[in-house]
Amino acid sequence: MTICNLYIFDKYGTLLYYGEWNRLKHSGITKDEEAKLMYGMLFSIKSFVSKISPMDPKAGFLHYKTNKYALNYLELPSGVKFVLNTDNTSTGIREFLQTIYSKLWVEYVVRNPLWTMGTPVTSDLFEAKLNEFVKQSPLYGSKII
Amino acid sequence: MSRQSTRLDTKKVNSELLTLTYGALVSQMLRDFESVDDVNKQLDRIGFNMGLRLIEDFLSRTGSGRCLDMRETADKIQLAFRMYLNVQPTVSNWAASSDEFSLIFDTNPLTEFVELPADYQQLRYSSLLCGCIRGALEMVQLEVQCWFTQDQLKGDATTELRVKFVRRLEDAVPAGED
Repeated sequence: MTICNLYIFDKYGTLLYYGEWNRLKHSGITKDEEAKLMYGMLFSIKSFVSKISPMDPKAGFLHYKTNKYALNYLELPSGVKFVLNTDNTSTGIREFLQTIYSKLWVEYVVRNPLWTMGTPVTSDLFEAKLNEFVKQSPLYGSKII
Repeated sequence: MSRQSTRLDTKKVNSELLTLTYGALVSQMLRDFESVDDVNKQLDRIGFNMGLRLIEDFLSRTGSGRCLDMRETADKIQLAFRMYLNVQPTVSNWAASSDEFSLIFDTNPLTEFVELPADYQQLRYSSLLCGCIRGALEMVQLEVQCWFTQDQLKGDATTELRVKFVRRLEDAVPAGED
């Protein structure tokens, strides 16, 4: 059980926040480029999933897994997107992301009048609360094997 | 969405505090702008900006997903009014194409203790609410128009807010994609 990193995008694909915990391998490109790449991939997967689905997709794309990590995706009706990379064994990540949204994002970012919508979040309070929340969660283990 | 109705502890305040604060805002604006039209516009704009943020609060409290039709949207707006203003408007007067409906208020908490002076008959006192609905729905990809057709302040029996669906906004494509 471990949490690697978290991206938060808005509906226009702007990277609003990036947080990193147990990330062992870096992409070697700048954060901005990486975010663009990530958003482009999510956008493609989303349209792929909705086109290829043999049944009426309700929730759409939720997560994918490789042999080393899992990418978990939560999109709210307002277009905010939470992308959390964890290891393969973690469970209950959807609820975890929902809680980040309702208890931290809405509370410390949306309700903060000093934050202009559509710009990256610079609030220290949000960052501190997020770190605290992630670290005390059972999902936050020590190290990847 | 998986989680239904997460009850976060909500801070309750007396509605009179809201009513009076709003009244102070409107009267200050009337003094600042001196033109009733400008005040209407500004109130709508303030409401719009509130709606943009309020929708996130609403979504996180109710855990509701996207609406499939306007009737569902109307129900959710009704629920939102109960959550935020503690009034339950009636949804009625559906247009035949069901893209237009009215919200009927028996009481409007914003207009309590308010009487419009004769020379402010053009003032849409609660147009903040219109802006709010417009802003909130825009965040969930719905473009609507919203206006008052009846107002208790102008001597009508009830307050009626008309909401009209304009179009569904499309998802933004990432830059550089063709």
